[in-house]
Amino acid sequence: MSTNNTVAEETTAIGPVEGESLYDADFPAPLIEAPRKRTAKTPKSTRGNFEMAAWLFMRLSGVVLVVLVIGHLIIQLVLDGGVSKIGFAFVAGRWASPFWQVWDLLMLWLAMLHGGNGLRTVINDYAERATTRLWLKGLLYTATVFTILLGSLVIFTFDPNIR
Amino acid sequence: MPAGTLYRGREGMWSWVAHRVTGVLIFFFLFVHVLDTALVRVSPEAYDDVVATYKNPVVALLEYGLVAAILFHALNGLRVIAVDFWSKGPRYQKQMLWTAVGIWIVLMVGALYPVLGHAARQVFGS
Ligand code: HEM
Ligand code: HEM
Repeated sequence: MSTNNTVAEETTAIGPVEGESLYDADFPAPLIEAPRKRTAKTPKSTRGNFEMAAWLFMRLSGVVLVVLVIGHLIIQLVLDGGVSKIGFAFVAGRWASPFWQVWDLLMLWLAMLHGGNGLRTVINDYAERATTRLWLKGLLYTATVFTILLGSLVIFTFDPNIR
Repeated sequence: MPAGTLYRGREGMWSWVAHRVTGVLIFFFLFVHVLDTALVRVSPEAYDDVVATYKNPVVALLEYGLVAAILFHALNGLRVIAVDFWSKGPRYQKQMLWTAVGIWIVLMVGALYPVLGHAARQVFGS
């Protein structure tokens, strides 16, 4: 049909190179370093890997939280009469077991750190003025630390015979 | 909102918006939730009084909404993780989104009776 036919039948779009190659096994082509390759001359990063660790933590904690939070919701809202059964006596029964204490403690820490780090991203995205960001993050970190400490304290000091 | 936060506007963006909104909602819920649970350190009566409001039919609807938010955030979160770590993840991101939405609908229908049953009995009698 056209002169293109010969090209289309080949497996590659690159045509034959005219002339002889300048290089062979005895005279290999010079190695061209990949752009942005890290070498001994690359200056050391001064920023550390915090953002990468945070990114990884969001994914790892997410996987664990699926089990912890959905398990928690099934226990609290579905099994045994759902929400109607919840009361002081019910909580006392659950926290009598170290298993559920550890479950709740882990859920508390992971969910608060995961959610807190998620909110840090949201603040960074929408708060454009540096001072606004500073204040919002200060508020966020205060609330996060306070909630984690209060929740842990409640689990560790729970007293079924408080009255 | 800063200019340019609306990008592309297709499934990928809307699932991201929903993931963000549900994540923020759950965080605020959890803050209040730890406060109300802390009432067990005050007195059994204080705790039981507050928990009694959870059994109110209107609050049951909020609980259903919370379950909806958690399930979406969890299922879509697993999709995000698969997109990032599974070599074929980016190629199937759209199929995985609709799979997640499908599972979400099934679970939400399944949660209707357990979460809202007691409220329905209270509102419509026995
Ligand atoms: C149930 C299991 C959960 C899974 C699988 C999960 C998964 C994820 C993942 C993978 C991300 C990162 C998204 C990204 O980088 O684009 C994320 C973000 C986030 N998550 Fe979760 N998460 C879970 C539970 C929670 C809980 C319990 C909270 C609240 C306490 C929460 C709040 C957030 C927030 C605020 C963000 C940031 C959203 C954004 O930057 O747009 N998540 N989640
Ligand atoms: C409406 C749904 C929910 C109900 C009825 C509920 C109920 C309860 C109850 C009765 C407790 C006392 C301890 C126990 O029995 O394990 C508790 C503790 C806890 N729940 Fe929930 N929960 C709900 C949703 C959630 C969600 C969605 C999360 C996570 C994002 C969560 C995280 C926690 C944590 C971290 C604790 C331990 C609190 C502390 O350390 O003082 N809960 N919840």
